[in-house]
Amino acid sequence: MTTSPRARALAIHALLIAAALLVLIPVVWVVAAGFRTQISLLSGAFWFTPVLKNFNEVLFSKTSDFLVNYRNSLVVGTLSTLICLVAATLAAWSLNRMSWPRWFVHVFLGWALVFHMFPPLALASAWFTIMRTVGLDNTLTAVVLAHTVLNLPMALWLMGVFVRDVPVELEEAARLDGATTPVLLWRIVLPIIAPGLAATAILTFVFSWNDFGVALTLTMKQTATVPVAIAKFAQEYEILYTQMAAAAALSILPALVLLIIGQRYIVAGLTQGAVK
Amino acid sequence: MKPTASATAHIAAVVAEPSAPASQSSASDFQRGLDERLWRWLTLSPALLLLLALSVLPLANLFATSFFTVSWSGGHSSFSAAGLNNYRALAGDTLFRAGILNTILFALFAVGGQMLCGFVLALLCTGVTRGRLLYRTIFILPILVPGIVVGAIWKLLLNFDFGLVNQAIALVGIDPLNWLGSANTALASVIFVDIWHWTPFCFLLFLAGLQSLPQDVYEAAKIDGASGWQELTYVTLPMMLPTIMVTFAFRLVLAFKVFDEVYLLTGGGPGTSTQVMSFTLYQRFFREDQTGYGSAMSVAIIFMTCILLSAAFAARGRTGATK
Repeated sequence: MTTSPRARALAIHALLIAAALLVLIPVVWVVAAGFRTQISLLSGAFWFTPVLKNFNEVLFSKTSDFLVNYRNSLVVGTLSTLICLVAATLAAWSLNRMSWPRWFVHVFLGWALVFHMFPPLALASAWFTIMRTVGLDNTLTAVVLAHTVLNLPMALWLMGVFVRDVPVELEEAARLDGATTPVLLWRIVLPIIAPGLAATAILTFVFSWNDFGVALTLTMKQTATVPVAIAKFAQEYEILYTQMAAAAALSILPALVLLIIGQRYIVAGLTQGAVK
Repeated sequence: MKPTASATAHIAAVVAEPSAPASQSSASDFQRGLDERLWRWLTLSPALLLLLALSVLPLANLFATSFFTVSWSGGHSSFSAAGLNNYRALAGDTLFRAGILNTILFALFAVGGQMLCGFVLALLCTGVTRGRLLYRTIFILPILVPGIVVGAIWKLLLNFDFGLVNQAIALVGIDPLNWLGSANTALASVIFVDIWHWTPFCFLLFLAGLQSLPQDVYEAAKIDGASGWQELTYVTLPMMLPTIMVTFAFRLVLAFKVFDEVYLLTGGGPGTSTQVMSFTLYQRFFREDQTGYGSAMSVAIIFMTCILLSAAFAARGRTGATK
């Protein structure tokens, strides 16, 4: 090729910037729509005077439950992430480091993998029936349990990768020094897998926060999570576009915070799961 | 990893000594075995119970329910045996057939598009040194956005009257299109939205894969005078094959679960043009309260997923693409 390296780099940057704009513009445009009046949006005018009316309506209007929805999503995300991490870490360690028969390990992890492939909606119907039978229908507990098991295969897989990174010799040495299993897990294993836990925690939380299908089928008005609430805006008799935009903008705040403070872990979690 | 290897040798030497004489009493050995077995079960039980109660049990429940017709009145259900009727009805359900067909079309085109775009972006990104982290930060964003919000974003952007897309094409003199409302463009629009949503995921995996490729092979290719294109087809692609296969499998499985975007963008319409499996299921089970029939549909969908899976594993076994 005859192009100079400098021109080549410029061309690559131009393409990458175009792609970045393609990613950013839709998001920015919708966040901006949250600051417009319905009339300004519908008229298609480019310039507008920002108003806070939509955010006010979404957050504080008597007819809106968005703050409740937000709290529900935070509770469900936090609790399901905690339970999922504890269960997955213990199980991953158990399967990798305790003397389980090989067939058992294969069946266990194999089932988790197969289960992960099922469309959640196919199981949601059965979850709905079971939760109803045990009197947990329309409770946050039901959503917490469903999200926990939904994310369990991914967490098992990821924590398996991180647990295997703990040197066996270190565990054996601790055993020799008389460490019991809880002490071993708490003092030796946990500090080593902490970064892995952070990566898994962020992904589990985000997936719980983002889930729509399962939350839709297991919740009612008072237990609805943020995505369910956003979908409601689109289903009103007259679509409340600007309020939907404001709600959408509010809903991506946690993801933005996590992206800024935890990008390293997000990348580690997403690539670890696939590349290793 | 060198430090670990030397540590291994060191600790192995230390450990070898005390274990050789076998001086510990058999009573404490027994105690240890008991302890080990106890903790083995204790550590596994939370995950085991969760999976049994919320994956095995529901599946059994679905399977059992699929042989009944369930009718609801006043919040109470009554079951009547239906034999295989529910499964027979599946074959004649046009919505279900449209759902399968559209899901396959959606999955193939969306995943294909994402992988292509993701690969190009990852290649471009390895070509620059400055700003790579910033690009990565921006490209990751859509992965973290909830599917329903992606739906909301593009419902606004693709709106016939005021959407940004129609405003943009008006600038170059193209008449506005009813992207989501016309049967000709609805599925393509949904596919496009999914490509926007998940290209970043493919990009991220490909970037990680590209960055882990050994550099000496590229130097060898340079010395042999390979052109950029030859380098791509003879060096990069073959070495990236495992990553490409894994990404493909990951995305394909997720694409078959598609629900959120369709729910908000088109609701399966117009007609059945964007009807996908999960959405059909939602409609039959939850909107129409067809509990027995919906269960049969769930079982059928899960069964098809398993077939797809075994086919994928068989293909993987044949090509030996992944380690």
